[in-house]
This record gives sequence, structure tokens and C-alpha cells, in this order.
Amino acid sequence: MRVHVDSSKCQGHNRCYALAPELFDVDEYGNAFELNDGVVPVELEAKARLAANNCPEFAIIIED
Amino acid sequence: MTTVYGPVTDWATDFDHGDPEYNKNIHQIWETLKASGCPIAHTERYGGTWLPLTHEMVHEIAYDTDHFTSRNVVVGQLKPSQVEGAIPAPIGGAPPITSDPPFHAGARRLLLPAFSPKKIDPLRSKMEKMCNDLIDKMGDREHVDAALEYSQHIPVLIIAEMLGLPLEDADKFRGWVNLVLGNIGDERNEDRMAQFMEFDAYLHKHIADHVENPRDDLISFLLDSEMDGHKLLPEHVQGTVLLILIAGIDTTWSGIGSSLWHLATNAVDRRRLVENPEMIPQAVEEFLRAYAPVTMARLVREDVEFHGVQMKEEDWVLLPFPAANRDEAQFENADTVDIDREENRHAAFGLGIHRCIGSNLARLELNVAVETFLKRFPDFELNGSEEVTWSTGQVRGPRTLPFRVLSRS
Repeated sequence: MRVHVDSSKCQGHNRCYALAPELFDVDEYGNAFELNDGVVPVELEAKARLAANNCPEFAIIIED
Repeated sequence: MTTVYGPVTDWATDFDHGDPEYNKNIHQIWETLKASGCPIAHTERYGGTWLPLTHEMVHEIAYDTDHFTSRNVVVGQLKPSQVEGAIPAPIGGAPPITSDPPFHAGARRLLLPAFSPKKIDPLRSKMEKMCNDLIDKMGDREHVDAALEYSQHIPVLIIAEMLGLPLEDADKFRGWVNLVLGNIGDERNEDRMAQFMEFDAYLHKHIADHVENPRDDLISFLLDSEMDGHKLLPEHVQGTVLLILIAGIDTTWSGIGSSLWHLATNAVDRRRLVENPEMIPQAVEEFLRAYAPVTMARLVREDVEFHGVQMKEEDWVLLPFPAANRDEAQFENADTVDIDREENRHAAFGLGIHRCIGSNLARLELNVAVETFLKRFPDFELNGSEEVTWSTGQVRGPRTLPFRVLSRS
């Protein structure tokens, strides 16, 4: 699984960073980006989905 | 108390969100409006105001900065074109919330680092101390007011310190918040105008003092900042200070108050959170969804048809994020407050380019305030003999919360 933050949609709500800091980080403006090229280890797949499903802007894309 | 427009007799055709009954009975009123078959309610009050009630429409308007301008985001009796000396688009009176693209992006980018999670998270221990101090002050009384003695103080003290304004003026700030956001339907008399002038003079005085004596706070930061190679205009600095002060206070105070009201009236949720404090962050998100405090507003830029209704230039359009958060099309069992809700794309902090810049601060304050209250008062209930009162206007939350403390630790 891979995750990607669409930076044109992200408005810095920071839900992904709060819920899955192993997979996402935020820059000094609070805008999110994926870590490790978006590669999601199997044990973090549920967390990746949780982060995506809590994004108010629908900015997180998951590729299975 | 009603507004200058008089009591509402038919919510479906003549609603008034400035009427005290609105916030008190908000969920029944939305039901009435939806049941009347209009997903967009309309009133002639305030010079013409629309109220879309679905997540889809709220989302669409929030994203459509071409047809809907942010020039003023608080519905009032006068439109910007009727206010003498009003600062025009794209800056507006309180940038960046009153700003439109392209000016908006630069004005917002300037502020974002100060409110990013990594800047805000270290404030946690200061907030914990503040919350504990407020509870200490209540002594061992059985009857306390969780709004007057607790929730209303937390955001004011933090925001005043961030800006560099005297903490002892907290009562003044709350008064001005009420002036700007609360009593939108009150008669526009001389006393009201005098209060606005006093607020303006106060901000002017403190900004001038920062010019003379720069320090490490947000006012000095703004005075020192540049956009496109130029220092900010004085009206930009003052407008932003006003915004941060007003927006940072009763929004979070309302959110904390509504969360505590829920916990006072839902013993099962209260016990679960006392026993499992690690559930608090998720529960707070659900409180934000179900009791979102903030409704924003836009103005129609020019006549436009929107979902079958004809909106006229300079009509107000309310953006009820709280109603979007209770839309069944977006949230399963939307009217059930479920602290186990894991998937929660709520819009309490808005959608699109105007996402609440203080959301990280507000979330932390909410979490710390709920956590500390439950730790110190594991059991409490509403004191049935006194009434809970709710705010009026676009920010919704309890203004009094008479509680009976049943246990302390």
C-alpha cells in the first residue's frame, strides 16, 4: 500500500499527522506530506486508512 | 429578547440566526427547515440571507471563491457597501479571513508558521497548569459554573499572551467578542457604536506601543512582517490582530463548553472517558463534529443561480459547518453523538482555503480542558434548578453551565 497527500487539496487540518505520525509529517506551514515515499508497512495499513478517512478535504490518496 | 426584526413566527421562511431561540433549538430548527422541503432556507432579515443545510452545498460554497466573497464573514444589519470606510476586497477588515484570492494566500502564509502543530504542541504544559489553576479556584464548592469559571477563561489567556496584550483585560476582550459576534440583531444605537470605537482605539494603542517597544509576540511579528517586499499596511496589522483576538476566544470557549455539557448529560460517555483517557482525542473530534461552534458567512459577489435558487449580489450566505456535520449523506447516524466514531471528516474548522488557522491551538485547548476537567471532577451533572444558557449568533456554545460536582480527585 502507498499513501499520497494531494498538496493542492491539503489545507493543513493536520488530522493525518495526528493519527499516523509514522506515515505523515507537516511542514512549517502545517501542510502535510507523506513519509518514506508513501510506502506503508503492512502493520500500518489500518492507520493509513484511518488517516485518509479523517481528512476533511479528501486530500489523501491510497493506492493498494 | 428578539432582534430588531422581531420574533420569528415561521422558521422555514423567516429564520433569524441572531434570535436567541436559534442556537438554543438549533437541531429542531434545521429539521423543520429540511422538512419544509428547502435545502436552502431564506430570510429577508439582514438584507437577505441564505442558509444552505447540506454538506455538499456548504462544501461547494466554501470552495467557490469566485461567486462567494469573504469580504465580510459575520452577517450584520448593514452590507459592506453600506458601511462607510469599510476596507474593500480583497483585503477586507480582518485579513486573511475577510480576504479573497489572490491577496488571501500571502496574508495567510505569513501567519501559518505561528499556528503550526510543532509551534503549538509545546503549549500543552502551560494549558494544563491554567486549567488546574481554574479548578483550584473553585475550592470545594458543590455548585460550579463550568462556562463562567472554566471554559471561557482558557482561550482568552492563551491568545492574549500570544498576541502580547495584557491578560488582565480578558473581560474587555470577552465584551468585544460579544459585541462583534453575539448581538448581531441588537439595535444599532450610540452605545453600540461607542463600544466599537473603544475597541478600535484599544487595538490602535497597543499596536502603537509595540511599534515603540518591540517584543517577542505576534503583534511585533506582524509589524515586522513583509508581503511582496513591503511592510504590511497599518489596517492589515490591526485587522489581523482583531481577527486573532476575536476568532481565538469564544469559538474554543464554546467548543469546550459544549463538550462539557455533553459529558454532564451523558453519564456513560463521561465514565468511559474517565476510565479510558486515551479515548479523549477521538471523543473530542466527535464533539467537534456534533457541536461544531462556528458558522461562517459569505457574500454573493454577483447575481447567481445556486441549486435552483436565485441569489442576488451582496446577499448573505451562511456557511453552517455545524449543519454540514450532521448531514446523513456524509455521516452515518449523523444525529447520534458517538465517541467511538473512527471515521470523522467533520468540517468544524471549515473547508477550503479559509480553514481555521487556529485549529491546532483550539484542538489542544479542547483536549487539555476536557482531560483536566475529567481528571479533577470524575463525576458531575447539570444542576437541574438552574438553566443552561446558549450564545446567540454565528458562534454556538453554552454561556452558563451550572454543574453539581459529585466527586473530586
